[in-house]
Amino acid sequence: MIPACALAALPRGEAFRLDTVEPPIAVFHTDDGELYAVDDTCTHQDASLADGWLEGCEVECPLHASRFDLRTGHADGPPAKLPVRTHGVVVEDGTVYVVPSDLPPNLPPGARARTV
Amino acid sequence: MRSVAIVGASLAGLYTARALRDQGFDGTLTIIGSERHRPYDRPPLSKEFLAGRITEADLALETEDEDLGAEWRLGVRASGLDRHDRRVLLADGTSIAADGVVVATGATARSLPGDSPSLRGVHTLRSLDDALALRADLVTGRRLVVIGAGFIGAEVASTARDLGLGVTIVETAPAPLARALGGEMGTALGALHEDRGVRLICGVAVQALTGDDRVDGVLLADGRRLDADVVLVGIGARPETGWLEGSGVDLGDGVLCDSGGGTSVPGVVAVGDCASWFDPGLGHHHRVEHWTGAVQRPTVAAATLLSGGTAPAPPQAPPYLWSDQYGMRIQFAGHTRPGDSVTVEEGDVAARSFLAVYRREDRPVAVLGVDQVRQFTRWRRRLGTVSTG
Ligand SMILES: Cc1cc2nc3c(=O)[nH]c(=O)nc-3n(C[C@H](O)[C@H](O)[C@H](O)COP(=O)(O)OP(=O)(O)OC[C@H]3O[C@@H](n4cnc5c(N)ncnc54)[C@H](O)[C@@H]3O)c2cc1C
Repeated sequence: MIPACALAALPRGEAFRLDTVEPPIAVFHTDDGELYAVDDTCTHQDASLADGWLEGCEVECPLHASRFDLRTGHADGPPAKLPVRTHGVVVEDGTVYVVPSDLPPNLPPGARARTV
Repeated sequence: MRSVAIVGASLAGLYTARALRDQGFDGTLTIIGSERHRPYDRPPLSKEFLAGRITEADLALETEDEDLGAEWRLGVRASGLDRHDRRVLLADGTSIAADGVVVATGATARSLPGDSPSLRGVHTLRSLDDALALRADLVTGRRLVVIGAGFIGAEVASTARDLGLGVTIVETAPAPLARALGGEMGTALGALHEDRGVRLICGVAVQALTGDDRVDGVLLADGRRLDADVVLVGIGARPETGWLEGSGVDLGDGVLCDSGGGTSVPGVVAVGDCASWFDPGLGHHHRVEHWTGAVQRPTVAAATLLSGGTAPAPPQAPPYLWSDQYGMRIQFAGHTRPGDSVTVEEGDVAARSFLAVYRREDRPVAVLGVDQVRQFTRWRRRLGTVSTG
């Protein structure tokens, strides 16, 4: 479990980028009060989903508007072809923690080359 | 409508094919493309692909299991349109009958005016084949001269600099991107080149290229001569509409369309870089030459085609583009014209991270971001909900 941020610092409709991990993780607080965590990097090309547009349980990539379902990671709209990896989220004593997935990430081609 | 032919097998053509199927079209679909390649993505051609960080397979636009139920005619050019017979004529002498025709032939890179002899080492960049040829020429230590400081020229300069070439950019206008972004912000983006040791020469035209078999220099109108091993001509693109001349489809700066993509010929729509749609907000036709336009408008054009032009055209989001240079992300949305005010609302131009808002009579009409993706996303949304122009 990795501490991300204080719950109070993440109002509804906002996102937090946890970049002390590699690859970085984005934590979203939806308008309905749910918390979700997914890999921050869009699976299509290098862009931060935490900078994207949050609507309901979906985030739209700020670069090319691929949409991902935060619950499943499923790519709901092109150009992304692959789902984004999802992570667990736990809130304890007012702190948001991420429980990282042990599956391999789906990083975009350019980013894959850079992080190795 | 029982049959549709899409001319141009790239971004706008593929997205229109998808939209037609999504909207229930189950007739014969033929996709004609002059390139041999399956549809591929062009933006990486000046960025990650040119840098060698991604492969040809990474450029594919189709998903592996995608089946549009289309017949693909790749490697053959459409040479004309017979509107009375409802046929697309192909350069190999065959033709394809179709009730509906989608024009998605994109644009072609402009070459230098005048009949400059074809010297080796001189490139333009539009296609995968162009990118492969340019990449083979970008050898560490060589001197590259980029003619034109537009987005593609700037991106090639950035990539080449990373590859260890000496780079000079020559731009006729007083500042880079002045027409698209205004002089002040154009100058701000020009500074990104100089930060990285790329020489930027503005306000001077290119007179001629020199060299016998291979280019060895660029002669400027003020008499200066720049040594060059490689030259990239990045002076824009012209819409690829020559094949429609005499067909009855009205042409201007591209195929002239109404606000739903319909052309002057019933049953013929146009999308993407070749198309100049009427923009009700601006009150005139406007050709959008960016990736997002070629992705969003096909939905509208498909509805126009399938409804016979009766589907109401939904309002379009303001044009949007991005560009990656020197590891920085540049984004722009909206329309600007001379006289708009520009204010930096976030960050700082000197820090190379800023967001600038363009206003006309206090109304925001456009926004530019350099490494300000989150704020830019919000502003772009905001522009989309107020009418621009
Ligand atoms: C190097 C480069 C970098 C770019 N970077 C960015 C970027 O960072 N951001 C951005 O927003 N946009 C960018 N763009 C622009 C973007 O790629 C285009 O807007 C987009 O490709 C337009 O798609 P299209 O399908 O309309 O046209 P095109 O992609 O040009 O495709 C047209 C197709 O039609 C074919 N064709 C032409 N004539 C005929 C004919 N007579 N018969 C049959 N086929 C024909 C062509 O061969 C081509 O395959 C870039 C473009 C290039 C070239």
